[in-house]
Amino acid sequence: MLWDEFKKPKDIERILSIIRNYDKEIRIMEICGTHTVSIAKSGIKGILPENIKLISGPGCPVCVTPTERIDDILLLSKNKDVLIATYGDMVRVPGSIYGENLEKRKAQGFDVRIVYSPLDAVKIANNCKNKEVVFAGIGFETTAPSSAVAVEKAMNEGVKNFSVFSLHKKVEPVLRELINMNDFNINGFLCPGNVAVIIGEEGFRFLEREFKIPSVICGFEAGDIIYSIYRIIQMIENKVYKLENEYIRAVKPKGNEIAKNIMNKYFELCDDIWRGIGCIKNSGLKLKDEYSQYDSVKKFNLDLTLYKNNDFCSCGEVIKGKIEPRECKLFSSVCTIENPLGSCMVSSEGACAAAYKYFDLR
Amino acid sequence: MCLAVPFKVIQIDGNDAVGESLGIRRDIRIDFVKDINLGDYVIVHAGFAIEKIEKEAALKNLRLIKEVTDALG
Ligand code: SF4
Repeated sequence: MLWDEFKKPKDIERILSIIRNYDKEIRIMEICGTHTVSIAKSGIKGILPENIKLISGPGCPVCVTPTERIDDILLLSKNKDVLIATYGDMVRVPGSIYGENLEKRKAQGFDVRIVYSPLDAVKIANNCKNKEVVFAGIGFETTAPSSAVAVEKAMNEGVKNFSVFSLHKKVEPVLRELINMNDFNINGFLCPGNVAVIIGEEGFRFLEREFKIPSVICGFEAGDIIYSIYRIIQMIENKVYKLENEYIRAVKPKGNEIAKNIMNKYFELCDDIWRGIGCIKNSGLKLKDEYSQYDSVKKFNLDLTLYKNNDFCSCGEVIKGKIEPRECKLFSSVCTIENPLGSCMVSSEGACAAAYKYFDLR
Repeated sequence: MCLAVPFKVIQIDGNDAVGESLGIRRDIRIDFVKDINLGDYVIVHAGFAIEKIEKEAALKNLRLIKEVTDALG
């Protein structure tokens, strides 16, 4: 199969030997949970020299969802008329109270369902007319368009007991936030291929234009990642700081216009909080006023705080790339995949889960 | 949430379709991709095909990587 060739393109060994002989200290950040998993699974960190560090950034949607919002959803889930529908990983994310999560709510008899697509939630609403179905939609630009389609479908089919609790976020604002931090020390970015499928090369052009940080939009196979690391090294060496697109089989210069249009039709920017980071201006996506009857926040009069409480775990530091999972005091002693304390261990795409599962040696 | 492997489209009914990858079948929506035909490959995210992958583009992608290894000699 053609796609399999990206796992180990012919002669990738030669690229690897160049990378292995590279001796400068560099730190490359991946901003996508799928990259984190792929890097861990394929053991890439183990074959890179000590001086090339791969750091996970704020690219896992479950991980960046703040405790405050989980608390909001947990509160809503106690309403007997409400049915919460969300993606699998979300049900295990703890709120600010130890041991509280949607899975527990379900065990307590409240209605919580795992869905694979937001349209499944609309279907549930159609079948359970006596319930208010709240779809807790997480994800970056990759999943926001699907939530928009769900709202459109509910509108077209006259489904009134469906609403979206939008936890959707944009990638650009959080990257700007990271870059502008005083202690920012990343030399290159592996840009999230799936987000780029939607927002296009142009969505990451600011990295080259404003910040001159070598960045590569990267696919998800080991070959894609190794090649992209090589490109970043080359850019650093040649002092050309550009944005390159390695994932040309999927990412177009302008992205997916249909998906972008429907996202922009239903959603608008809002200030939003990120786990461990706090409030970032215009970093979230909320439904526009004309669709407020499908907006759970308005429907249930939720008062969303933009203040960040103190997190009890170090997930925020992991998300910002300030510490590695192992450096968290709780890692593998108290916080494990079987008994996760923080979102980065809960999410299958989280940096802590990847480090734990694939026994990250470095 | 995200599956980076391409799914092959094996059934189409309006915006609903069925995709198959490694023997696994999934219902997918094809709202975001135009001109999809049976046998095409798509990337699927949260139940939606977010892009079609053309064979040509994939071959070009492999050439991009190969050019580098060739240059390395
Ligand atoms: S080990 Fe657990 S508590 Fe520590 S940062 Fe990771 S997920 Fe959070």
